Amino acid sequence: MDFDLMFTSFPKLLGATVVTLKLLSASLFFGLIIGLLFAILRLNKNILINKFAYGYSYLFRGTPLLVQIFIIYFGLGQIEYLRSTFLWVILKEPYWCAIIAFTLNTGAYTSEILRSAFQTIKPGIIEAGKSLGISNKIIFYKIQIPIAIRQSLPAYGNEIILMMKGTSLASTVTLMDLTGVAKYIISTTFKPIEVFIVAGGIYLFMTFIIHNVIKFLEKKYSFNS
Amino acid sequence: MELLAFGKTGWGDELFYATLMTIAVSVTAMFIGFFFALIFTPLKLSKFKSLNLIGNFYTTVIRGVPELLVIYLFFFGGSGAIMYVASIFGYFEYIEINAFITGSVAIGIISGAYSTEVFRGAIQSIDKGQFEAAKVLGINKFTQFYKIILPQMLRLAIPNLSNVWQITLKDTSLISVTGLVEIMRQSYIAAGSTRDPLFFYCFAAILYLMLTYISMKIINRLEIKYSRGY
Repeated sequence: MDFDLMFTSFPKLLGATVVTLKLLSASLFFGLIIGLLFAILRLNKNILINKFAYGYSYLFRGTPLLVQIFIIYFGLGQIEYLRSTFLWVILKEPYWCAIIAFTLNTGAYTSEILRSAFQTIKPGIIEAGKSLGISNKIIFYKIQIPIAIRQSLPAYGNEIILMMKGTSLASTVTLMDLTGVAKYIISTTFKPIEVFIVAGGIYLFMTFIIHNVIKFLEKKYSFNS
Repeated sequence: MELLAFGKTGWGDELFYATLMTIAVSVTAMFIGFFFALIFTPLKLSKFKSLNLIGNFYTTVIRGVPELLVIYLFFFGGSGAIMYVASIFGYFEYIEINAFITGSVAIGIISGAYSTEVFRGAIQSIDKGQFEAAKVLGINKFTQFYKIILPQMLRLAIPNLSNVWQITLKDTSLISVTGLVEIMRQSYIAAGSTRDPLFFYCFAAILYLMLTYISMKIINRLEIKYSRGY
């Protein structure tokens, strides 16, 4: 066991963790917006809109994240038309391509989580709101959304952890995130176990924190208190 | 379309064999995962705290660390570890392990952590009375597990195992970093030599969608079979 390597690689890996956290927070933020949007579309009675939202989530949940990143990073650059538009400024950067892929991916999973949360709300609660003369809009914003958020907390916590692990794929499109730097150190020193312990430890620490924050939020917003 | 032709002119046959490779790796990994689940589920359910700790350590570490990092560990560390074990037995030649085996074992260990959780949940949700009734009737532990607990457990576990299968199938795309020629690697090669990445990666996505769709259909049938009588 090479403890020296573990000590010297720790600050490098910690620096790379910042990249991982940036990728994670950006994709979770945009993913939540997209997820909420598509969850609402899924609840729409119009079959066409419904099918469209279903197709989106099916497509992104049925294919590996790696394929999605490669299509966006390597594939889209091939379209001549895209290169002439302002979108190219974003799409030529691996950083933004990774965020777009992660956002679309987590958006698909989030939309499923939120949809099932909306559907488990007891109709009695909405009826109670209606009989009190509260408008549909306020019922949606003040009653349905808060309950849905509470309902979906445990599943969304899992999704955050899955997404954190997903950001490791950014290393395949030349980004130096935690996994990217770990791979670089492994391939230059050929000491995989030491680097795995340090990098894995950092990932586990992040998982631990996310897990506990979600647990705290669940307790805080539980119905019984 | 001529890009997908079979034979020397197109990539059809290469992609076909790559798809078979993806299926082979997924199935092997799933079975390796079951093997690990069979070891670690009893540990997690054991009365002894120290055994619980081992079981929890396995599932927590594997589910909390990115799949890609685990694959790198096996890819770079696999042959080193085997050579170390071999050197104890007095064998000092260089040993290279096949990419298929490294990949399947790495994905299998990941899939095993998820399977362990599924089995644990399924066993815990079986009514305690079933265990007690078996005990009262004097049935030994082995028969109790195979004839009473397992059939009931499978019914509860199949929907969740189908999720594990989907995760495993998608995780196999990550083995492409080790050079094993499965769908993702073959598309990468094809995209590189034809300079048409958009087409080949989209086609890879379609192949994966097809695999997940077909396996969903098969699993649904299994689910119906095992929930007969409920």
